[in-house]
Amino acid sequence: MNDVLEKPVDTHKIREILNANDGARIKTWLSICSRCGLCAESCFFYLTNNRDPRFSPAYKFKSTLAEMYRRKGNVDRDFLRKCYDIIWGECTTCRRCSMYCPFGIDIATMISTARTVCQSQGVVPDGLERTSVNYRETGNQMGMSTDDFLDTCSWMEEETGEELTGLTIPIDKKGAKYMYCLNAREPMYYPQDIGMAAKIFTVAEEDWTMSSTGWEATNLAMYAGDRALAGQVVKNMYEKAVELGVQNIAITECGHAFRSAAFEGPYFAGYAGGKPPVAVVHSVQLFYEYLRDGRIKIDPDKMLTEPVTYQDPCNVSRNGGLWEEGRKLTAFLAKDFREMTPNREHNHCCGGGGGFIPMGPEFKKRRMISGRLKADQIRATGAKIVIAPCHNCYDQINDLNKEYNLGVKVLSFKEIICETMIVPDKFKPVEGDDEE
Amino acid sequence: MDDLYAFLIGPALWVAFIVFLGGLCLRVAFLYGLSKDRDKVIYNHADMSWGVRSIFHWLIPWGSVSMRNQPVFTLMFFLFHICLFAVPLFLLAHNMMWQEAFGISLPSMSDGTADILTIVFLVSFVFLLARRMVRPEVRILTTAWDYTLLLLTGIPFVTGFLAYHQVGDYKTLLILHILFAELLLIVIPFSKLAHIILFFFSRAFIGFEFGGRRGARTW
Repeated sequence: MNDVLEKPVDTHKIREILNANDGARIKTWLSICSRCGLCAESCFFYLTNNRDPRFSPAYKFKSTLAEMYRRKGNVDRDFLRKCYDIIWGECTTCRRCSMYCPFGIDIATMISTARTVCQSQGVVPDGLERTSVNYRETGNQMGMSTDDFLDTCSWMEEETGEELTGLTIPIDKKGAKYMYCLNAREPMYYPQDIGMAAKIFTVAEEDWTMSSTGWEATNLAMYAGDRALAGQVVKNMYEKAVELGVQNIAITECGHAFRSAAFEGPYFAGYAGGKPPVAVVHSVQLFYEYLRDGRIKIDPDKMLTEPVTYQDPCNVSRNGGLWEEGRKLTAFLAKDFREMTPNREHNHCCGGGGGFIPMGPEFKKRRMISGRLKADQIRATGAKIVIAPCHNCYDQINDLNKEYNLGVKVLSFKEIICETMIVPDKFKPVEGDDEE
Repeated sequence: MDDLYAFLIGPALWVAFIVFLGGLCLRVAFLYGLSKDRDKVIYNHADMSWGVRSIFHWLIPWGSVSMRNQPVFTLMFFLFHICLFAVPLFLLAHNMMWQEAFGISLPSMSDGTADILTIVFLVSFVFLLARRMVRPEVRILTTAWDYTLLLLTGIPFVTGFLAYHQVGDYKTLLILHILFAELLLIVIPFSKLAHIILFFFSRAFIGFEFGGRRGARTW
């Protein structure tokens, strides 16, 4: 990003973005904020940075987006550089502050708008910019080719098929009930995640499919502030789902992918009515339904006996509405469950959201400082296992585990379900089969 | 001085009321029009039940987690707002004037009650002012205009209280009282004080957005 700091600022473009976003909500929010300061205590950045008032949510939008409007877009590189530190380095757009503001001001939306302004000038974290290049070229954040993806799927089908007879990973199956969409890190680095999902779908006897394109559910362009690209990313997925005529899009255990696909995507992609063309379901909901309806049964002898806590990913709980489903699902799997405080929709961000994890080493120190709150929360539960149905929470809590010596193991629901579920005999491989 | 007084309770008062009510109506109408064009997200997910609860829980003291986390501030904050509304609306002297001018009036409180509420108001006023100056997270946000607006809410109370109790020059105090109250009315539609009406809209929206779309409580 450093080379763009030399380029002149295109204030015309900035004004254009500011005008396009200058609706009733932003006008109202900017004008009625009464500077009461109640938002400060809601923010984990504020709480973990010695209550430095510069970390309060109100200060963050006042010194960025509000200032852009006040100067009518006439800002310089220095200003944008300062904004960069605040809007990417001090906010994960977790939206907790909106619940603590007397006026319900949606500060995260304003921070996102400020990100769009900065992004238009090339001021964007390198880690996110790299994923944008990949999204443009390949439709997924890892830059994985379709061939590599399909190879990974068939490799997983083969490998997991040895454990579960009849397991298949259908590709582009028309009219399936669920089109299962992924985080590109899964085929790239954690292919066993695909295998585990396939096992769960197989045992649940689900009518599911993966898709050869549009399988990427993450949308880091949303966090980079590149709304046009963010729209393209979700469009790839929506259009593929419509083309295949599937009934639902199922999202892997990733938080922001769900936020993008179910809530913000339709706006980025310009769908009237603000709803995706195909219903979107998160894994937490889907897995919970499997267990609730007895489609998957858990072996009581294999249930987790160690103390377990549940990390409410912001984009699954507060911004996804699935905090109870997450708990009910956990109850099927663990005998000793312990709540963090606060929890459910009032949970704190782990510090890995809003693009922080892919933003990489440049932001790691801040991520560890702000993550202290989550580390303390986890430690206070005495849990040995943290369930995190979100890739960013997963990575962040693993980092916090090392940084703060928490001595915990981070697991996804997929991992636990695969370890504990009862596999009906018909799926059990016949002994001696592999000697053929 | 009598001319000034006559002007203030005559034409100036009309102007103040018209600007206050007209200004608020225009502002709401303008924002409504703008929202139809640029804020479709409000209407796409409108859910009255969530909207109403989102408003209601912030209208009752300690009705939200945020308020319960700051109990003393909440107490002062509610006393401030309740007195700011109740004293001018239900003061006997004001109602007598309305009765005279328009032939209608609201129920009124005794002067003793008004005195107590005024003192309660001033206590909360001093608390909020001190909080602004002392708490770093509030001070850093506060501008000269915030202090001005806060003072503008306080001056009519102080001058009215002193005038009623005949402390200082009655006529001067009364003129200042009316002048500043009118200024306050005129400023409301064009400042953050427009939250007296916009509060309901912004709270309803966040109720739709969190509750209607996700079932999350914003209180």
